[in-house]
Amino acid sequence: MAGPADAPSVSEPNKAEEERALVAIFSAYTVSATFWLIVATAVGLLVAVKFIFPDFATSPLASFGRLRPIHTNGTFFAWASPALVGLALYIAARSSGTRLYSPRLAWIALILLNLAALCGTITLDLGYNAGDQEYREWLWWIRVIFGAGIALTTWNLIATVATREDEDLYLSNWYTISATIQAIIITLVALLPWYQIGLGQVAVQGYFMHNAVGMWFTPITLGIFYYALPKLLNRPIYSYSLGILAFWTNLIFYPIIGSHHFLFSPLPWWLQTTAIVFSIAMVVPVAGGSANFLLTMQGRGDWMYRSPAMFFLVGVLGYFFGSVQGSVEALRSMQQIWHLTNYTVSHSHLTMYGFVTFTIWGGIYALLPRATGREPYNLLVGVHFWLSTVGMMIYVVALGIGGTEQGLDWIRGAPFIESVVDQTPYWLWRAVGGGLMFLGHLVFAFNVWSMIWGPVRAAEPVPAAAGVPA
Amino acid sequence: MNAANAKLLSIVGGAGAVYLGLAVLMGVLPGAWLSRTPPGPGVKPLTAEEDLGREVYVSEGCSYCHTQQVRPLSTDTPFGRPSAPGDFAYQTPELLGSERNGPDLTNIGARQPSTVWQYMHLYQPRSVVPQSIMPAFPWLFRVVDRLPPGETAVPIPKAYAPEHGFVIPTKRGKALVAYLLSLKQPPLPGQKALAPTAPAAPAASAEANAAAPAGANAAAGAKLFADRCAVCHGATGEGVPGAFPSLKGDPVVNAASAKEQIRTVLFGLQGKKIGDTSYSAAMPPFADQLSDDDIMQIINHERSSWGNHAPLITAKDVAAERSSKP
Ligand code: HEC
Ligand code: HEC
Repeated sequence: MAGPADAPSVSEPNKAEEERALVAIFSAYTVSATFWLIVATAVGLLVAVKFIFPDFATSPLASFGRLRPIHTNGTFFAWASPALVGLALYIAARSSGTRLYSPRLAWIALILLNLAALCGTITLDLGYNAGDQEYREWLWWIRVIFGAGIALTTWNLIATVATREDEDLYLSNWYTISATIQAIIITLVALLPWYQIGLGQVAVQGYFMHNAVGMWFTPITLGIFYYALPKLLNRPIYSYSLGILAFWTNLIFYPIIGSHHFLFSPLPWWLQTTAIVFSIAMVVPVAGGSANFLLTMQGRGDWMYRSPAMFFLVGVLGYFFGSVQGSVEALRSMQQIWHLTNYTVSHSHLTMYGFVTFTIWGGIYALLPRATGREPYNLLVGVHFWLSTVGMMIYVVALGIGGTEQGLDWIRGAPFIESVVDQTPYWLWRAVGGGLMFLGHLVFAFNVWSMIWGPVRAAEPVPAAAGVPA
Repeated sequence: MNAANAKLLSIVGGAGAVYLGLAVLMGVLPGAWLSRTPPGPGVKPLTAEEDLGREVYVSEGCSYCHTQQVRPLSTDTPFGRPSAPGDFAYQTPELLGSERNGPDLTNIGARQPSTVWQYMHLYQPRSVVPQSIMPAFPWLFRVVDRLPPGETAVPIPKAYAPEHGFVIPTKRGKALVAYLLSLKQPPLPGQKALAPTAPAAPAASAEANAAAPAGANAAAGAKLFADRCAVCHGATGEGVPGAFPSLKGDPVVNAASAKEQIRTVLFGLQGKKIGDTSYSAAMPPFADQLSDDDIMQIINHERSSWGNHAPLITAKDVAAERSSKP
């Protein structure tokens, strides 16, 4: 395959130039994502406070119904997605031992993703909501801009790994590239209107909301795991073939289970039942993936506890427990209690925060300092870790218990308002947890600053090295 | 193509093709098939105004707290009959929702048909439901110094009313309420329009049962009142001054004959001056929604609570009034 990267005569200054371009792109994606993390979670905190003081900041621009989708779309598509794309680009080039195919495409994609985030946030705040359907509230043309950003990324990733030297394609890239292709398909299916009328749209929403999480965020996040964790621990992944098994089983089981979000709805019963069966089958890829990561970490405890690998530990646990919880939730008997309650909100924070967000942080702390040669302050990485971990635990436990109580109130047949009043203490704890998480994000922002513009500081050497991906 | 790229193509292309197939199978095809669900009997498209109201509903994100799907579960019986596929024929975007911080609204037009209540509640939910955490939507209203002809002011209680002037709904506010009132489940074929009698509540204390006529049950009456009447008359029967009358010490509730009280609940009431106040809101009729037994329970609850002491009634009394429609 003929391409500019094939030229074997890359001169040394050229190589340094390419290196600088890659690091600049990785840094820019991280900075932009961090900015949106702060915005979206500040909004989340405000929304949490409104459950306790419903008359706080009453104005159309600050109303709950407009801010909630800003928070969810912001964390999904303005924070997590660009952060993951930045990591994926960096990993593609590094694991293939080549340069990034096109820095320019990467910059254009970054601009598109930010443009989408900006337009999406502003239009939602002005009350332009595409239809109150979770995670696709942005108007259609904004989702087209976002999709274009992901499409450019796909092209860039494929073209980058196509110029690799090895025949083998490192597992991370399987996950990240497939994820971007799936994201394009998901975006398209969600956009086209012909098969989305009335109940038809309910079916598509079940598909969309679920696949956005499980076929975009989950695989690309796992891709980060497979590269950054071995790098950080300085040892190869425990089992490469287990990773491959998890890849294919996730691909086949996951797309089938979307309609478990609409159990007991008028969607056809067989569709709901199929969804339940495969929700249980999901234990295979989830347990396989989690075991693989945990076994990779095993025996590293002495060193891990003061390294960013701790973020990966929370990430695996979030992945495992969040997914198993999802499988259990899908059972009809459990749904009778939990469906439509705050328990769901607890679940989505365990997965999107505990798993996805913690893994992104682990990836950034593991790779960005290597790229820039600037280590963050270990103490502040620890402060970030503990604020976010403790905050999340409070959040997830409070709404987990609160949601259960809410469901039991309904089963008991209490007047509805009792289920509202009974939530008050849990909503208060949620806001406390959310406050800690937000403080953690501020510390993270400072750490990003020090990894990019702070003083040059070398990393503490990691003992032992064998078989680490290039 | 070299071996390396053949490998890349087979993994990435293979996975992409498998996923595309599954996406069509699990997303597009069910969508296409279900999009053709015909409307159920009695399910009508929205009027232009109701449609605008639906847009307001979407734009203000009401469905982040309110579902519009009644599941075939006991938890959902207060919200209406289970939703049927044909109910959603004209609902695009669909608003089934995923979180029930507030009650399901599938049948709110039947449950709470009072426009005045809806306006007060939207302007400030806590003016009618003190424990509510629902946001206020004052921007769906405007404050005028003089009432334009044909407009009625929303009777906002003092604590929440603006310093001066009258509160009237904007076009969008009116449309939203028109939409909410349009949310009524048409009965399924073969289903009686009358709501089933509430499931037997836990037995009340022996004392309460001894004092009451056969069939009366204090706990059931209190629950029905909380579900159906408390939104306007308040959990303690004290109403909302100027908007909904207090039933505590009310002459009709304490009269020896319950005739007027029964008829009010069955057939509604509007334009009656109670004490010194004439109420702009109407009391909705409950004849279609509550059985004789339910109404008996509620009335006996009113007649024996909050310091009221009046003779209790039986379901037969209600049946007698129901059959002598005005
Ligand atoms: C933050 C969550 C939240 C949002 C957003 C919200 N509500 Fe509510 N809503 C509630 C709660 C809680 C209740 C129950 C307490 C009460 O009646 O106020 C309620 C009650 C209601 C009721 C009365 C239901 C009944 O059965 O008595 C209606 C009607 C209603 N809301 C309409 C709306 C509309 C219209 C919007 C959007 C403009 C909206 N709500 C937005 C939380 C919310
Ligand atoms: C939408 C608000 C609303 C609801 C719900 C409601 N009411 Fe009323 N009710 C009113 C209003 C307003 C009046 C006064 C009407 C008037 O004066 O013309 C009233 C009047 C009454 C009266 C007559 C008082 C008198 O002195 O004449 C009784 C009795 C009564 N309601 C009982 C009930 C019962 C029982 C329920 C529940 C089944 C109920 N109401 C539900 C608004 C409501």
